[in-house]
Amino acid sequence: MAADGGMGHATKRREDVRFLTGRGKYTDDYTPAKTTYCAFARSTVANGKINSIDTKDAAGMPGVVTVFTGEDFAEVGGNPAGWLINSRDGEPMKEPKRPVLAHGKVRHVGDAYAAVIAETLEQAMDAVEAIDADIDELDAVVNMVDALANSTTLVHDEIGTNQCFDWGWIEDNRAATDEAIKNAPHVTTLELVNNRLVPNAMEPRCSIGEYDPGTGDYKLTTTSQNPHLTRLLISAFVMGIPENKLTVHAPDVGGGFGSKIYHYGEEALVLAAAKKLNRPVKWTSTRTEAFLSDAHGRDHVTKIELACERDGTFIAFRTETMANVGAYLSNFSTATPTFLHGTLMAGNYTVPNVYVNVKAVFTNTAPVDAYRGAGRPEATFSLERVIDKAARELGMDPIALRRKNFIKPDQYPYASAAGLEYDSGNYDALMDGLEAAADLAGFEARRAESAKNGKLRGLGINSYIEACGIAPSNLVGVLGSRVGLYDAATVRVNATGNISVMVGAHSHGQGHETAFPQVVADMLGVDPMSIEIVHGDTSKIPFGMGTYGSRSLAVCGSAVFRATEKIIKKATLIAAHMMEDKPENVDFEDGDFSVKGTNKKVSFGDVALKAYIPHDFPLEDIEPGLEETAFYDPANFTYPSGAYACEVEVDPDTGKVDICSMIAMDDFGNVVNPMIVTGQVQGGLAQGIGQALLEHGIYDENGQLLSGSLMDYAMPRADDLPNFVVDHSHATRCTHNPIGVKGCGEAGAIGSPPTVVNAVVDALQRGGHDVEHIDMPVSPARVWEAMNG
Amino acid sequence: MNLADARDIAAPRTAVWAAILDPEVLKACIPGCKELAGTVDEGFEAVVVQKVGPVKATFKGQVDVSDIVEGQSLTLTGQGKGGPAGFAKGAAKVSFADTAEGGTLLTYDVEAKVGGKLAQLGSRIIDGFTKKLADQFFERFQDGLEDPTDADDVEEDEEKPKKGWIGRMLG
Repeated sequence: MAADGGMGHATKRREDVRFLTGRGKYTDDYTPAKTTYCAFARSTVANGKINSIDTKDAAGMPGVVTVFTGEDFAEVGGNPAGWLINSRDGEPMKEPKRPVLAHGKVRHVGDAYAAVIAETLEQAMDAVEAIDADIDELDAVVNMVDALANSTTLVHDEIGTNQCFDWGWIEDNRAATDEAIKNAPHVTTLELVNNRLVPNAMEPRCSIGEYDPGTGDYKLTTTSQNPHLTRLLISAFVMGIPENKLTVHAPDVGGGFGSKIYHYGEEALVLAAAKKLNRPVKWTSTRTEAFLSDAHGRDHVTKIELACERDGTFIAFRTETMANVGAYLSNFSTATPTFLHGTLMAGNYTVPNVYVNVKAVFTNTAPVDAYRGAGRPEATFSLERVIDKAARELGMDPIALRRKNFIKPDQYPYASAAGLEYDSGNYDALMDGLEAAADLAGFEARRAESAKNGKLRGLGINSYIEACGIAPSNLVGVLGSRVGLYDAATVRVNATGNISVMVGAHSHGQGHETAFPQVVADMLGVDPMSIEIVHGDTSKIPFGMGTYGSRSLAVCGSAVFRATEKIIKKATLIAAHMMEDKPENVDFEDGDFSVKGTNKKVSFGDVALKAYIPHDFPLEDIEPGLEETAFYDPANFTYPSGAYACEVEVDPDTGKVDICSMIAMDDFGNVVNPMIVTGQVQGGLAQGIGQALLEHGIYDENGQLLSGSLMDYAMPRADDLPNFVVDHSHATRCTHNPIGVKGCGEAGAIGSPPTVVNAVVDALQRGGHDVEHIDMPVSPARVWEAMNG
Repeated sequence: MNLADARDIAAPRTAVWAAILDPEVLKACIPGCKELAGTVDEGFEAVVVQKVGPVKATFKGQVDVSDIVEGQSLTLTGQGKGGPAGFAKGAAKVSFADTAEGGTLLTYDVEAKVGGKLAQLGSRIIDGFTKKLADQFFERFQDGLEDPTDADDVEEDEEKPKKGWIGRMLG
């Protein structure tokens, strides 16, 4: 084991040195010689028929090189959806084409219908204003209920409906669930909204297309969480550029949160333009464009029912959800409200019946897709809010009600009623830890103190489970994924003993450059600083599926582990050859190979050097070189879980909510770097609290985005957040991946929203207000209205 | 955004009715109106400069007068495109009635909507903005009818009502 910086060590993030000193290299920092600049003309109406687009004046403006409209891409393929969902009646989902540029119709405010390429960005932006687009505004489809009821106002005329699919999970369990609810002694019902969020990564999207007429090679430098998937979509579906002629490079990326998983039309456009012009073409999103055209998150409307015995034993969960997919299907938009949501609807509980119905709805709004948590925050919010309400109705303590229904540690592997097999967990241990950390005994005293100051204090409890390590190809294939979701790593030991590890996962804040070397260093007994992670460039790394769904360490890290095992195996052969003994007699420990029962010993560095100067190798048994690749496809998802508590103070005069404490007890399995994990949880908590209290993407009835700037869309700031207590010591190892890890990137954003809302409702209830629910964001206006309405 | 209000104008209904159908009056009363050409029957082409919160834009568009019931009511509809700033649309249903004092009671019902950058950046102030525009329009209209003498005091500042358009027309 590495003396310092191996598994479990809180090594400082090496990438922070460049990030914190302004030396990161982001896409927009790259400007090849002779770069031209691209600006888009975007729709100001939510639904409109394009009669004509006159680009003559724009084309004549100073510096303008060329102008594109949707007409130029009419023959090019559409940007596809990655998951096929079948409706309850067996019909496949509706998949209207998503073009590079809008053609014939614009379908949401911000839908790009033309692009200007000019010598400077300012010239491109000026010329966009000179484009004369004759677009007839049509009635917009905004509200999901109206969208489903209305068969004449359509987002996509060619599919004849605004419903993408009507999905049942698990359809075979429907009748039994209905029956169980009908006969149940107690049923708690709650209707709730999971508010639409705008991701707002600090770095806006940016794409640069290059074309080399000498070789016919294309290069796309872009803000992506998964360069190989982007290359695959461009090559196989949108533009038909052979993969061996297209490099996709995602350098440093300043935040993704899901919004940079997907392939966007701007990426295809800059490539096409670069080919046409024989010059690099660069586009950088403005903040306004980001609000209008990045894939948004959440936006569910749900009715959930919890049926239980009078003693609180759960009998059934049943939900009906409308999920907004916006105007076009973004790449994962159909998976997020279904398999990343419905499959988690049994929560941490031994409930025998679960039935989930989700209708996905097209509207004239920006596309909606996975955003930090992706489906699991929606599932957790519905479950944990209705459980809280049931506890009140039954007169039970909310912790006791949860504990009564927890899956117990001796029940694993546990087949949940929503179709997943949880491999490990210990929810009672998490709750024990939470109860101790939250000082529940002292709550009444704190509440009295708050009351003295005229504030209503409340306590919110929540437990969650999520499915991470989004991968198992066999499982996701059954569930509708059109790709397998393994990952890959190549470990290259260089002749002088240092190591390059090429990985398919992309790091944009997750700390891979620090954590992955800790795994390898631990296995090889070498200094982690001698190991370098290479990621983000399809010309350098093996085909991987990128970073999302808290999968990088569990899936790609496991590939790194397997490739390193292969390295040890081959190095053992070389060591045995060097020490003139049989491989089975060779031990490897602390970076040294030795022959059992002798003092013969060679170091890992000696073996590496020998691998590249193989003067006397038995070549039929040992090839020169020391480089191994592994593709890792796990057997199951991983199942992180947690128990959260939050205390809030509500100002009864203004309705303002202050979060006094937030405690996160998470089970992430083995932890490679506890400091990075803590940071990931803190970030997730901030985003979850943002959703709970502040953030809301609001469209008016005409489909205009009203919260379209950082003046109008409230992001969480430091003074909105308490000091977090983050603890991941109550861990149960993942049983099926070699590192035993589960994934921590999204947990905070999944666990915190219901915790906060539970606390606010608790404060109001204790304060004598009969308020059962407040939709997020729990703004002062909404709280005040709930108290006084 | 909807807004309804009424004004008591110290001028006979025939004069008020004639005034609202006069292009020069419209031009003088529409806040920020730089150009207005056309007829009641054909509609008007207008250029209006307005600043909504952080967005200042030149709107080119159409003003139409419809639903005309002679001497009693009409609808003024305007829509303008402000290029990258987005668009604004509005309609005012206006009706006229005699008052006991021999003046005219003018009631109006305004509906307005904005799109594009105006909506994204200006929505939180758009209600107040619409009210301000409507108030300015009808205030100028009223002042022009009630105080036709001080035509020389025309203020070029678009934020302040231009007084005395009748005096100017007559002069």
